[in-house]
Amino acid sequence: MSTIKANLEVLPRGVQVTLALGLVALAAFPFVGTDFYTQMVTRMMIMAIFAMSLDLLQGVTGLVSLGHAAYFGLAGYALAFLTPQGEAVSLWWTLPLAVLASGLAALIIGFFVVRTHGIYFIMVTMAFAQMVFYLFFDNKVLGGSDGLYINFRPSAAVFSWVPFDLDNKRTLYYFTLVLLLGVYAFLRCLLWSPFGRTLAGIRVNEHRMRAMGYGVFGYKLSAFTLAGSLAGLAGYLWGTQTGYINPELMGFHMSAHVIMMVILGGMGNFAGAIVGAFAFEYLLYMFKDLPQIGSVNLGKHWQLWMGLFIVLLVTFAPRGILGLVDRFGKRKEVSNE
Amino acid sequence: MDLANFLIQLLNSVQYGLLLFMLAAGLTLIFGIMGVVNLAHGSFYMLGAYLAWSLSTQFASLTLAILAGAALSIIFGLALEWLLFRHFYKRDHLDQVLLTFGLIYIFEELRSIIWGDDVHGVPIPELLSASIPLTENLSYPVYRLFMSGLCIALAVGLYLLISKTRLGMKIRAGAFNRDMAGALGINIKLIHAVVFALGVTLATVAGMIAAPIASVYPNMGSQVLIMCFVVVVIGGIGSVRGAMIAALLVGLVDTFGKVLLPQVAGMLVYMLMAAVLLWKPEGLFKQ
Repeated sequence: MSTIKANLEVLPRGVQVTLALGLVALAAFPFVGTDFYTQMVTRMMIMAIFAMSLDLLQGVTGLVSLGHAAYFGLAGYALAFLTPQGEAVSLWWTLPLAVLASGLAALIIGFFVVRTHGIYFIMVTMAFAQMVFYLFFDNKVLGGSDGLYINFRPSAAVFSWVPFDLDNKRTLYYFTLVLLLGVYAFLRCLLWSPFGRTLAGIRVNEHRMRAMGYGVFGYKLSAFTLAGSLAGLAGYLWGTQTGYINPELMGFHMSAHVIMMVILGGMGNFAGAIVGAFAFEYLLYMFKDLPQIGSVNLGKHWQLWMGLFIVLLVTFAPRGILGLVDRFGKRKEVSNE
Repeated sequence: MDLANFLIQLLNSVQYGLLLFMLAAGLTLIFGIMGVVNLAHGSFYMLGAYLAWSLSTQFASLTLAILAGAALSIIFGLALEWLLFRHFYKRDHLDQVLLTFGLIYIFEELRSIIWGDDVHGVPIPELLSASIPLTENLSYPVYRLFMSGLCIALAVGLYLLISKTRLGMKIRAGAFNRDMAGALGINIKLIHAVVFALGVTLATVAGMIAAPIASVYPNMGSQVLIMCFVVVVIGGIGSVRGAMIAALLVGLVDTFGKVLLPQVAGMLVYMLMAAVLLWKPEGLFKQ
């Protein structure tokens, strides 16, 4: 039996203040942190965009996709194919094109998967993502198992005028931050638009929405396509930052990680997805960086710690960090009365 | 393709299909009866293969290794059900996905700690190592025939267990209406534990008998898990009969696809799944 989890759509004042403080900290960070940490936080912000795109499906619409990484990876591959060997390519047309490629793939795959429900949806999204994975993994022309290098970061030049340079780590950081804020604002507006309300209605009771005359299939397919496109945006940024793309980015582990991020933060309000992405990436970094004790290298066994962490989290705090905040807040209210 | 070659491919595809059935049957039973989606099912297959490798070097006999491994799997399955899965039967599918994904990491890492990360081979038992000659230079290994035979025997056993025995009747009652069956005095918790252990054991046994022909390597569970998902989706979740037919279908498409259309072989099975979804979104044999 599935239960519908109440989402924290309206963020409590305390959470809003914390988020604003977080934004200030993010804006100031490159002036305080070293290059290494600036790059790490850039990567966290990219994952946050990816996690928000999944939250639109998982938290808002109630569709658990176990193949979301496919659209993330596809845009990265699009960038790799569009970038020639010896020179940089313009940001202004490759970014929309890569996002479009991911969106188109999501539209085609969505056409098949959106007609399924619950457990089928989980299995089928995973199977189709795996199909995309093997398409790239098995074909040497598409990079094969080794993946592809992106030798030059996209250039922002318009004719001879260069507004900013993505080769600069700090510039790339702020470029990502601006996109993160843009996507967040867009999704928050979407959440409260009639379209967003319909998606939330589908999560709560799809049959009732259908009975009320909503074309549920179209709404779900639109959400799936939009989520795929935004995942593509994150994938494009990933390709830009790392300069390297391989099939693992589209794999099943990546898809599960992004589900974890959304759960870890708290679903259905996008702020949780951002918090979750930062927390998850930090945990991953922390587990891999554990010290050597005697003859045992704890960091080498990071999968064990991550696995135990996931099992404990889902057993004891299934609603994530914001869920805990919410529960704690409610308890306080009760004790005040 | 001549007749002998065709025959070999046909036997291979049936053998692959039957092996997939062993895994998919457990997956579909665990879902159909307890409502749990189990991503860690592929890990059981991998653990089975490693068990076969480590026990067969201990005992110097694959038969003994399989028997001991099956006994261990039952205990392992019961323990896992008691400790974790039991508490997730009524939880959201999303929670189940996360729990079992966490378990994949744990099992992979424990495997790495206990057995290392090397690729291993398991020798085919002396008795079954012969090959049946078909033409001058083509022959078919007896072990593969033995595998198919064993899978068929287990499938028949499973069918008899579920449809002809008292335990099977209780299992079906529990799948049909968990609360009503409980009210009639059936120990539904015990039934769930038994079904879970059965599913785990089918998966590990599949891994153990596949070990001699597939070699034993890390992450061998993930690919097989996704194939099982495809089988379960095509067959219809909860239907053991559907899993059998879908597994054979997937075996045929995959094996002949690799021979006839190698460029797109990896994708053919998924296209089959897409076609089935368009035609019947809930699988061929929805329960």
